[in-house]
Amino acid sequence: MCESCGCGDSKLVPVDVHERILEGNDRTARHNRHHFEEDGVFAINLMGSPGSGKTALLEATASSMRDRGRFIGAISGDLATDNDATRLRRAGIPSLAITTGQACHLDAEMIHEALHDPPWKKLDYLFIENVGNLVCPAVYDLGQRANVVALSVTEGVDKPLKYPVMFRKADLVVITKIDLLPHLGGDVSIAAITDALSRVMPNPIHIAVSARTGEGMDAWTRWLVATARP
Amino acid sequence: MHEYSIVQALLDRVSVEAQARGASRVVSLRIRLGELSGVDPGLLATAFDTFRERSVCEGASLAIHQSHAVWACPRCQVPIERGAPLRCTGCAVPARLIEGDELVLERIEMEVPDV
Repeated sequence: MCESCGCGDSKLVPVDVHERILEGNDRTARHNRHHFEEDGVFAINLMGSPGSGKTALLEATASSMRDRGRFIGAISGDLATDNDATRLRRAGIPSLAITTGQACHLDAEMIHEALHDPPWKKLDYLFIENVGNLVCPAVYDLGQRANVVALSVTEGVDKPLKYPVMFRKADLVVITKIDLLPHLGGDVSIAAITDALSRVMPNPIHIAVSARTGEGMDAWTRWLVATARP
Repeated sequence: MHEYSIVQALLDRVSVEAQARGASRVVSLRIRLGELSGVDPGLLATAFDTFRERSVCEGASLAIHQSHAVWACPRCQVPIERGAPLRCTGCAVPARLIEGDELVLERIEMEVPDV
């Protein structure tokens, strides 16, 4: 017994928790996923380095999906500026910008807030264009149905080996800017990139595209249509 | 540097447990961190040192148990060699991650008044 105030002595109590530290984020992500499923919107978390061609890929995707009678929209995350969302709107894609300030990734709560803007419910696909970064975005579930990583041929063939966490979580890797391949050194090839992918992804599915020439865009839109089938 | 936001989530979680038990202070935390969790243990420790001040975890220690990525064939259980393609050489099926992506708060030790 404590002599000054009569309270009891402290005892050391161990508490076993065994819970994911990001359980709070995961819970919100499950809630987002439920919203998407309810409204028949296929949400994709599009990740990749800054400059990997995420925005250009979406710009090129809009018209080919429109030809298939599918409508896409986007939420674009950046530390500063809403340039990506502006670019996408110019390409006819309804888009919303999330300016994260200093945050290097989007989290489920930011997406949940963005979903209060109702027009997304009419979409077939909602692309969540994450902050350009190969590390942090991989850690946060947003409620998406699929993770897609854009990897440009100019980034070097060993990027998947250097950033295994993001590539492990990818359902698909879109290898971008393949029109630049002839200008790169002999060791840069689709084969070298897919070999690296096979060492970090158990299912190393990839599609090689050029948003500029349109090469591979058909395979990409076919993947989108097939994957979204219930 | 998402480690700061991970620490914030950790402190929030610990604070809920400490309040529920009327703890006077938190003594230690133990977490498990996999190689493929996407969180760097050094950065996490630094972020914890910075953010524990003036929180329920002020003065608390943080033990980080790290685990390596272990892949194996889901059918024949044969482990995949480190750095090799993630496909079983015998069964040709995609490998499964056995451990190494944990980001888990395992245990909190706290001081609770003995009443």
